[in-house]
Amino acid sequence: MGEDTDTRKINHSFLRDHSYVTEADIISTVEFNHTGELLATGDKGGRVVIFQREPESKNTPHSQGEYDVYSTFQSHEPEFDYLKSLEIEEKINKIKWLPQQNAAHSLLSTNDKTIKLWKITERDKRPEGYNLKDEEGKLKDLSTVTSLQVPVLKPMDLMVEVSPRRVFANGHTYHINSISVNSDCETYMSADDLRINLWHLAITDRSFNIVDIKPANMEDLTEVITASEFHPHHCNLFVYSSSKGSLRLCDMRAAALCDKHSKLFEEPEDPSNRSFFSEIISSVSDVKFSHSGRYMLTRDYLTVKVWDLNMEARPIETYQVHDYLRSKLCSLYENDCIFDKFECAWNGSDSVIMTGAYNNFFRMFDRNTKRDVTLEASRESSKPRAVLKPRRVCAGGKRRRDDISVDSLDFTKKILHTAWHPAENIIAIAATNNLYIFQDKVSSEMH
Amino acid sequence: MLSKGLKRKREEEEEEKEALAVDAWWLDPSHPAVAQAPPAVASSSLFDLSVLKLHHSLRQSEPDLRHLVLVVNTLRRIQASMVPTASLPPVPSVPAAPGMADNLLASSDAALSASMASLLEDLSHIEGLSQAPQPLADEGPPGRPTGGAPPGLGALDLLGPATGCLLDDGLEGLFEDIDTSMYDSELWAPASEGLKPGPEDGPVKEQAPELDEAELDYLMDVLVGTQALERPPGPGR
Repeated sequence: MGEDTDTRKINHSFLRDHSYVTEADIISTVEFNHTGELLATGDKGGRVVIFQREPESKNTPHSQGEYDVYSTFQSHEPEFDYLKSLEIEEKINKIKWLPQQNAAHSLLSTNDKTIKLWKITERDKRPEGYNLKDEEGKLKDLSTVTSLQVPVLKPMDLMVEVSPRRVFANGHTYHINSISVNSDCETYMSADDLRINLWHLAITDRSFNIVDIKPANMEDLTEVITASEFHPHHCNLFVYSSSKGSLRLCDMRAAALCDKHSKLFEEPEDPSNRSFFSEIISSVSDVKFSHSGRYMLTRDYLTVKVWDLNMEARPIETYQVHDYLRSKLCSLYENDCIFDKFECAWNGSDSVIMTGAYNNFFRMFDRNTKRDVTLEASRESSKPRAVLKPRRVCAGGKRRRDDISVDSLDFTKKILHTAWHPAENIIAIAATNNLYIFQDKVSSEMH
Repeated sequence: MLSKGLKRKREEEEEEKEALAVDAWWLDPSHPAVAQAPPAVASSSLFDLSVLKLHHSLRQSEPDLRHLVLVVNTLRRIQASMVPTASLPPVPSVPAAPGMADNLLASSDAALSASMASLLEDLSHIEGLSQAPQPLADEGPPGRPTGGAPPGLGALDLLGPATGCLLDDGLEGLFEDIDTSMYDSELWAPASEGLKPGPEDGPVKEQAPELDEAELDYLMDVLVGTQALERPPGPGR
């Protein structure tokens, strides 16, 4: 693994910009928009916070386009389902940006049951000089009006307005785990544990069910849908993953109901690693197409895997995220950590993949050099603008000075949600209720 | 330094290390002692843990389906591995009927899978309830076949024999205000089976005072309908 000073070169170096503390609430999703100018986070309290990257300015050469809060709004409220006597959590499970088509930005945010389309617009001018109203908007006393004036638009402090444009409700009986916008920019899909629905962005009162794996007898239920995504270029293709570790690529042109997959990606169980927990650790928690559309990235409990769409038999690459946990599966089953759902991400060029782990660690794997690094997102271990120091977990054997032993890992500090800027080396890491944004310091001597 | 502040509680660690040690030993396929008796103890605690997790999951108002399915599948794997070894999980002494509910953990495999099945069936009933008013064109077959017993009884089936036994004494009291003179004739079978539809009535009532472990298991199977009445009845019937 060789985590020495060399690894800093391949990752260049990372500056830590800011640590944004979203008050008391646990971040549940992080997503850059298509240009990377905006970064949205959703939290357990149903709020969405959008950050905007400041344009680089010559006045502050060190602050290379840092992210500042752009808008905050309440997306979902807790609801009560009277029929089932159940409370519906307001936690935002996923946010997906729509490709920008005009001056406004739009995003989809979802909780367990309802998806909402939000439109974000800017207002930076306002009319001044009304004849009948004064500056506060109160009607003027007509006797004081002696001449006519033409109102003019004057610049004002930027105001960001967010409004709900669509509410896609009542489409799901089970908990929504993913949403994905189609490359046609007209439709999107939402997936729950047993079904996937296709929606048109302009139509809220109906959706089309395209996948249904609910068995006739719930007693026969052995597998659920865990994640799904549209292909980035082919609007008829999408993939969904299951709790048994399989991936199904479906073609919507083949049939209206895509219960029959076009391709099934599954790796046979390794007999030498077989245990009672084999199925749980093979459950795929996230699936992401590469930007090129040629590969898929999946995350299961202990590994990240790269799959070639042309090869169903096995992944082309497998990376161990924290293999030292393999001997601890029983304890992790006991404390339910084995059910944690980690996400994964590609960088813009599909050459590096990233995923979170425990103890506020996150891992990056360079597909070309096959080198990997473990970094930490915490305020204690790094100061703003300092270069992140690679960490190492010691699983027995020779222990170096700054190594962390497996037994002292904090399993309550999990990095489940991470995102990578679509073009640059900027990453967003959600560590419980803190958001970290790390930026690559592009420096000529490093190349 | 990072390592200073972030250790887990010592006691927690110790417990986990113990559980870990037992588990690792059991899971090591190359270990020569794998086929011997002691492994049954290790997997029994894993079995119990899984059953507890299953119940905890099902007790949620809206269970996490993924968690539930994974626990159920793991439990099935554990069960499957326990069958070849003759030693079943330790069975606590069979108390009077009301304690039956506590003996859930000691149920036989068949009873357990039957109760898991009925609990999963419950989930589908919950879905059926919410499907009715929704104006969807895409939902699957509307409503849900409820089968013989009202689905809500699924959960009650677990406590079947116990509940039946408890009510046996009180059944007369429940129906005191109803005029049953018409049914008091000997031509009619005793009518106090009331609450439980299906084949479970008679055996439950008659068995009450003399239930033993094997019969409880058998009754559990009958209650959830997974087993036909094919075994010869035990003593007392």
